[in-house]
Amino acid sequence: MAAFVAHQGWVAPMDRSNVDTDAMMPKQYLKCIFKSGYGDWAFDDWRYLDAGDVDVDVSTRRKNPDFELNKTIYQGASILLSRENFGCGSSREHAVWGIRDMGFKVVIATSFADIFYNNCFNNGILALTLKPEQIERLFELSGDKAMSLTVNLQEKRVTLANGEFYSFELEENRRFKMLNGLDNVATTLLKKQAIQDFEKQHKQTHPYYFTPLR
Amino acid sequence: MSGQTLYDKIWQSHLVSGDDEAALIYIDRHIIHEVTSAQAFEGIELAGRSIWRSDSILATPDHQVPTTEREKGKAGFVDKLALLQVTTLDDNCDKNNIVQFKLNDQRQGIVHVVGPEQGASLPGMTIVCGDSHSSTHGAFAALAQGIGTSEVEHVLASQCLQQQKCKNLRVLVNGCLPLGITAKDLILYIIGKLGTAGGTGYAIEYAGEAIENLSMEGRLTVCNMTIEAGARSGLIAYDQVTENYLHGRPYAPKGAMWDSAIQYWRTLVSDADAVFDKELIIDAKDILPQVTWGTKPDQVVAVTSQVPEISSAKDAVQQADWQKALSYMSLNSGTAISSLSLDQVFIGSCTNGRIEDIREVAKVVKGKKVASTIKRAMVVPGSGLVKQQAEAEGLDKIIMAAGLEWRFAGCSMCNAMNPDSLASGERCASTSNRNFEGRQGQGGRTHLVSPAMAAAAAIAGHFVDIRQVELAQLEGIH
Repeated sequence: MAAFVAHQGWVAPMDRSNVDTDAMMPKQYLKCIFKSGYGDWAFDDWRYLDAGDVDVDVSTRRKNPDFELNKTIYQGASILLSRENFGCGSSREHAVWGIRDMGFKVVIATSFADIFYNNCFNNGILALTLKPEQIERLFELSGDKAMSLTVNLQEKRVTLANGEFYSFELEENRRFKMLNGLDNVATTLLKKQAIQDFEKQHKQTHPYYFTPLR
Repeated sequence: MSGQTLYDKIWQSHLVSGDDEAALIYIDRHIIHEVTSAQAFEGIELAGRSIWRSDSILATPDHQVPTTEREKGKAGFVDKLALLQVTTLDDNCDKNNIVQFKLNDQRQGIVHVVGPEQGASLPGMTIVCGDSHSSTHGAFAALAQGIGTSEVEHVLASQCLQQQKCKNLRVLVNGCLPLGITAKDLILYIIGKLGTAGGTGYAIEYAGEAIENLSMEGRLTVCNMTIEAGARSGLIAYDQVTENYLHGRPYAPKGAMWDSAIQYWRTLVSDADAVFDKELIIDAKDILPQVTWGTKPDQVVAVTSQVPEISSAKDAVQQADWQKALSYMSLNSGTAISSLSLDQVFIGSCTNGRIEDIREVAKVVKGKKVASTIKRAMVVPGSGLVKQQAEAEGLDKIIMAAGLEWRFAGCSMCNAMNPDSLASGERCASTSNRNFEGRQGQGGRTHLVSPAMAAAAAIAGHFVDIRQVELAQLEGIH
């Protein structure tokens, strides 16, 4: 995974709370067995007026002019702004693949749902929370115009074009892995011996968990 | 030092390394299905890694499988991409020596119905599956959670998960559930109180007299919907109900192994002096039959009440949410829930596709007919074995005589990733777990209810208070 140190980009505001992963990536796209190429289907039901499916050419579908991310000023945005409980519901990682493939590198929200939050970091997307009043301020500033932000993970700071800045919190472990672009599986397998030792002892204590399924 | 919660105990006994902030925990059981595993296997292969412990994995296809004409096998798939995904699961399981209950296996079904009924989900285990409703298995005093595909790959490769420890939340349900009130009403009521994010960052333990009195099936229903309150894991303490359910199940330990297991399992309760970070106390007698009115599971009211006034929302953000929900659901504040006419009725899913649920439905519909205004009402067993059991009890005949369709096992219209779905604008009484926009079909409108409430709605054509409905006796079933 690529290292993430800092990112400067345009903000796309999605003024909704409880945006669920069914909305981010509707069910019909979960049939695919590939891991990228989901960008045109992110927020599908909201984004297009015509129904879609894997085999429907998106260029033939009319875009919904009322959907916030379709507005011209937000095209090319790489920072998604939303409100509380972003990513609730289904564990489908396709939701994150969709947001990532749409071009977003950072999602800023008041709060995130647990599984979605993990899925973001596992795909190199920085999910960060700010205080409600800071989120409110960002919505005010980005409501009718393109706004640029700099997100610095090294300094744990979000800086506005006018110089205003907000500090954010992130667990050190996640931050370290993002900064260094570390792959979770690879880092875990560095502890292979510890896992094997644990497994041996666990099997002695609880042999009934180790009966092979047949 | 204070005592440990049930969650603390299971966490502690699976800690490979690290601390609460950045831990590596060992996973005992991994359940997989077709939708969230293909990319994980591909990742393993591309990295040249191997599966750490194939014999800890149980697989079955469920999300995409058609629920009609099962005898056709794979030829019954209309959707070729869905078929490719199921075939990919077959290939991955065959290649890696993973046990799979394939499409035509009598044991095939929804992962969260199959694991428990096979005794593959055991007390004290850590259990994961690439599906958010994996919280279901916590009903066995296990630490069960839903994970994303990257994490599925991680567990395949290392038998471990990198995690942060959750905080502890106890939902204490005092007293007994009134007559006619089910586990589904209880969990919908709890979600209504906690909100969809109330459990975020927590593991929820359900406790109290009403929980203790629930059957294993009811407990699975409660733990299943934990994620709808934002918590990844829900747990219920081990007791005689758990023990009786597991004894003799195919994958449950046998003989001396069973004896040694139950000695340990009986310790799987929170200590009397355990401290919870947060607690919700509920009086069971306050709970009425529940119906969701909106597009989130916490937008729920009693069947006897009305669609709420926007002005009663807690703040401007919630008011905007409710407005969007009312508009999507085509509802007005003040409309009586019982006046809502329905187009479809769906009974099934990992929440309510177990034998007890099907019996409840049969009691309601026996000798009656589905209302002529209902376009389709279907009952989808959670597994092939649930179907077999129901048929042995004659429930299928009662259900079909009343005009409901009797299907083969699968996720069906809960996720609508298969031919079962709502048309745009259709209103559905559903025993599933999510009423999100588009969940059961683009533009479809879902109201979550208990199986008995859904069955009664199928007969009446609109919602009715199940407490006013006379239930039939089922022969040989008490």
